[in-house]
Amino acid sequence: MSVRFGQNLSNTQEGDGPKCPSYMTNWTIDGVREALAAKKISARELAADYFARIEKKNRELNAFLTLSEERAYAQAGRVDALVASGKPLPALAGVPIAIKDVISTRGVRTTCGSKILENYVPPFDATAVERLEAAGAVILGKTNCDEFAMGSSNENSAYGPVRNPEATDRVPGGSSGGSAAAVAAGLAVASLGTDTGGSIRQPGSFCGIPAMMGSYGRVSRYGLIAFASSLDRIGPFATNTRDVAAVMEVIAGRDANDSTSTTAPVPDYRALMEKPVKGLRIGIPKEYFAEGMDAGVRTKIEAGIEVLKKLGCELREIHMAHTDYAIATYYIIATAEASSNLARYDGVRYGLRVEDDSLLAMYRKTRGAGFGAEVKRRIVLGTYVLSAGYYDAYYLKGQKVRALIAQDFRDAFTKVDVIVTPTSPIPPFKLGEKTNDPLQMYLADIYTVTGSLAGVPGISVPCGKIGGKLPVGLQIFGPAFGEAKVLQLAHAFEQAGGGLV
Amino acid sequence: MKISREDVQRVAELAYLDLSEAELEMYRTQIDEILEYIGKLNELDTAGVEPMAQVLADDQSADATLREDVVVPCNVAAEILKQAPDPEAPYFRVPKVIER
Repeated sequence: MSVRFGQNLSNTQEGDGPKCPSYMTNWTIDGVREALAAKKISARELAADYFARIEKKNRELNAFLTLSEERAYAQAGRVDALVASGKPLPALAGVPIAIKDVISTRGVRTTCGSKILENYVPPFDATAVERLEAAGAVILGKTNCDEFAMGSSNENSAYGPVRNPEATDRVPGGSSGGSAAAVAAGLAVASLGTDTGGSIRQPGSFCGIPAMMGSYGRVSRYGLIAFASSLDRIGPFATNTRDVAAVMEVIAGRDANDSTSTTAPVPDYRALMEKPVKGLRIGIPKEYFAEGMDAGVRTKIEAGIEVLKKLGCELREIHMAHTDYAIATYYIIATAEASSNLARYDGVRYGLRVEDDSLLAMYRKTRGAGFGAEVKRRIVLGTYVLSAGYYDAYYLKGQKVRALIAQDFRDAFTKVDVIVTPTSPIPPFKLGEKTNDPLQMYLADIYTVTGSLAGVPGISVPCGKIGGKLPVGLQIFGPAFGEAKVLQLAHAFEQAGGGLV
Repeated sequence: MKISREDVQRVAELAYLDLSEAELEMYRTQIDEILEYIGKLNELDTAGVEPMAQVLADDQSADATLREDVVVPCNVAAEILKQAPDPEAPYFRVPKVIER
């Protein structure tokens, strides 16, 4: 049990002494499989070790909202039985995984970070969760997030903010802050988050780990509690790009329960990502390097681009003319869809009810009491942009500009294979620093919302730390269903030491 | 000013959302600022641009096929009702809707 597995040891904790040997191990997915097969550890022992880690660190980080111990040990028992029988182990056998609390888990409380769903227990699993378990993964529990995934700092959770394990006075990013923090702190080997405007990539960047959003339609949304249905995507966090690819391979693919999921076959990402990147054409969009970027972020990203040059990639400056309009477009479309999706919380079928003698007053009071400040702000804005007299000026206009932004990406991908940008214009900020100015918070999503609107895949990979402390993420976009290319460059960048620039 | 207090009130009613006086004022100010920012979209001439509601277009035409409409055992009615604030199997109970 004291043996270390896997290559990625940069976060390995030294000096905890021999009493808790496994705690020092920075497990990778392959490492877990090998250790199980060699009977160096059992899946139940590994699960117990992770629950012990969570017990030790979650009080400070607040990354987990609910633990699913019963379910985890039952699954670990099944994996151990498989090991004992000598049968081949599935891809994620025994791998402890955390799930963002907007993704449905049968029998395990799913709050969406909201008071309105405080006691909600889904009667079914999301397809992504079902597929993880079918591949042998052990679901540890549900991670904290901004309420209904609306936020960029995890401070909009009704259950308190998450702290960034890299700098505990700072936010972990959002909305999937708990999923990012859990993996970065070694409380899970991988996790699932969701990304609507950057909610996987930005917390990945803030917590210094790789984090990926596949193309729209690549991963089934069935069981993902909807925020903005034309934008929402499920995707993985892990400590290294190979593990990100391994989770993507499991959760991707057609699902009859999500008509927007693609029938395109799922490639062998882990094989394809090993291909050399020499000669790969990388677009650097001028518009992403304009004013507004933190100087420390800029320095790290420029150093990251040097790594790409050394790898023999061909760098080209490109133009994406409508980038500057992406935030405005995103906050029309996302809030419009949210105002519609969140109409379901009416105090009738599930969740909170605030009683009143009249049905309509019951609706109003329930929703007024159950939703937090940011969710109400977005419902009001979204209802407004859809309302009679404003629909054309806002919603329709937004949909048209979205088409222009998507066209920018299609045009770019006729000239280059992938696009490289910073993930966030700013490093992780202090808790409370931006909570009073929603527009400023929205503007920080500038580099991520473009890819969300266009539907293309994107990853954030670690690209150094400012002052050795604050993580910076490099974002790679690929064309629709070009996940393999995105992973290929991310992997090469990671292997070339891009995370240490 | 893009949005008035009355606009916020009207929208909150459309969304069945109780807002306090303080919330009304806060959202008016904040949403006004956001709409002011969103106004920059008017710099773009979008005449002749097709609005885009979904990213699923021509290249994902295979997805236009819907699954077979097959009855599968589900049997979660009891579990679902258990989530309701005021269930009376097999119904969800709500306050009186129509006054006699």
